[in-house]
Amino acid sequence: MSSGNTAHSVVEPSQTTKYVAGTIVIIYALITMVPLAWIFLTSIKSPPDSIAYPPRILFTPTLEGYCNLFTTRTRQTPDYIAALGAPQGTCDTVTRKRNMVIAGPSNFLPRFVNSLVIAFGSTFLAVFLGTLAAYGFSRFKVPLADDLLFFILSTRMMPPVAVAIPIYLMYRELGLSDTALGMILLYTAVNVSLAVWLLKGFIDEIPREYEEAAMIDGYTRLQAFRKVVLPQATTGIAATAIFCLIFAWNEYAFAALLTSGTAQTAPPFIPTIIGEGGQDWPAVASGTTIFLIPILLFTILLRKQLLRGITFGAVRK
Amino acid sequence: MDRAAEALARKTPLKAAHRIRGLSDKWIAWVFISPAIVLLLAINIFPLFWAIYLSFTNFRANRPNAVVESVGLRNYQRVLNDPDIWMAMQTTAHFVFWTIVLQTLIGFSLAYLIDRKFRGHAFWTTIILIPMMLSPAVVGNFWRFLYEPQIGLFAYAVSFLSGLHPSDIQMLGNTSLAPWSIIIVDTWMWTPYVMLICLAGLRSIPDYIYEAAEVDRASPWRQFWTITVPMALPFIMLAVLFRGIENFKMFDMVTLLTGGGPGSTTEVASITLKRQAFESWATGRSSAFAIVLFVAVFGLANIYVKALNKVKQR
Repeated sequence: MSSGNTAHSVVEPSQTTKYVAGTIVIIYALITMVPLAWIFLTSIKSPPDSIAYPPRILFTPTLEGYCNLFTTRTRQTPDYIAALGAPQGTCDTVTRKRNMVIAGPSNFLPRFVNSLVIAFGSTFLAVFLGTLAAYGFSRFKVPLADDLLFFILSTRMMPPVAVAIPIYLMYRELGLSDTALGMILLYTAVNVSLAVWLLKGFIDEIPREYEEAAMIDGYTRLQAFRKVVLPQATTGIAATAIFCLIFAWNEYAFAALLTSGTAQTAPPFIPTIIGEGGQDWPAVASGTTIFLIPILLFTILLRKQLLRGITFGAVRK
Repeated sequence: MDRAAEALARKTPLKAAHRIRGLSDKWIAWVFISPAIVLLLAINIFPLFWAIYLSFTNFRANRPNAVVESVGLRNYQRVLNDPDIWMAMQTTAHFVFWTIVLQTLIGFSLAYLIDRKFRGHAFWTTIILIPMMLSPAVVGNFWRFLYEPQIGLFAYAVSFLSGLHPSDIQMLGNTSLAPWSIIIVDTWMWTPYVMLICLAGLRSIPDYIYEAAEVDRASPWRQFWTITVPMALPFIMLAVLFRGIENFKMFDMVTLLTGGGPGSTTEVASITLKRQAFESWATGRSSAFAIVLFVAVFGLANIYVKALNKVKQR
């Protein structure tokens, strides 16, 4: 941030200006939050409440949506439930209270686990490879460095659907179709460009003198990298990791085109949750809520580094 | 002799260490950079060249054993003469134009207001940033529910405000409203992005310029147009560039909100491409289309970056 407004500055906005500006921004923020609040409210509604008209703000909360989302049971009719005997666990109790029907086994948990494995796996790889490459670009004279860096960035201009065809063919040949490993490699490739750009910016800011001093003390280049540069770059590495994680977590196009079952992640899965009469909105909303929570937390953690990440470091703050 | 041995013993390891260090620097640079480059070559560049090759053939991915023949430029001819593709390009341009106009106007205004530094501005800024961090597919899917006439919150809110019957508010089913249903969601999601970059632009303007203008008794309106807007312009243009490229590729939100319908009113380029590639399995033709798209984005982005650099240097 550049020189902030000081109390005696002539350009300090007046109290009224601040009041008006604040009010408008808060109204915008509240409107923007309505869809998200509605997702959460829908997730704790019963199916009839979720599609009531006019939309219900007051209702009896239930865990039905979450139960339908995670159930591994086969489809259950009320008769079948009654024949089961004493209820076992929360979901059984919830189900019986409304004498309702569980829609059938859901694949949400394995898909969610896929999301975790693929997002964390590709983030780890992208940050690892990105850190090495960024250090290489930052500290050594690499021939054609600018061209290489631009090439790395330009790989992000392709629409995913356009490269999906040859990747699909390639993966079919290599046996990587619909595998977690294939998706991890793909997301790593997409993320590594961001990682290199971001991390190069962070490492450029660590003075070279630190390593030089360490090397005079007898460290080798690698030791200096590990014991001097890496600890200094921790914040940058963490911020980069979170950006890579967010991309891999949210990606839809590749996941929808290249996975069909075993390696499918949550984004293409959640829209396919179907209940008794069409889309089971409370279950969809439950899945959405669970899926959004990690990212909500990251946004709050990350707000200070956000700008650099979304602009590839083109704007420094 | 003793002295010589001593000198040798002292010198040699130092020299050797130096040589290894010198060698290892080059070696390290190479070892550090190549894995990332190799991965990008394997998963980005190789497929791109493969797509270029396929675009000159009649290959179909659902018949991998059929004989592949070269068809010369015929795929490109068909792509450039295909009215559906021109329609899709027009639809895409329409989306890109309106989302950029709306997001820039609202985003810049918000940034301008937040820059007044009212109490709690940091907190509210964080709240506003949330939508852009979420998955467009997952959130887009839920917006379909919000748009649902009769049960959706959006339809209810609009009917409450306009007095129309909720079943008349068919955002996704009406051919003239469906494109707007996507523009609204995209604006909801990505205005924060533009806002954030604009805010960085506004914060980069040094106070003394305003102080000087104040001394010259320039009106706030004049200050806004002669200082604020021109100085924030490179940042606004950067935001437009990033959003333009992203929305040119738009796929997830459209797939989940309308799937390209009703009819083909929201069929953007990515959706047409997906249909040709993964539903008609016209791999050669769709590859030609993909290359045309890539050249278009790349060319436009390069022209734009030149303009951006001119503005920056001013």
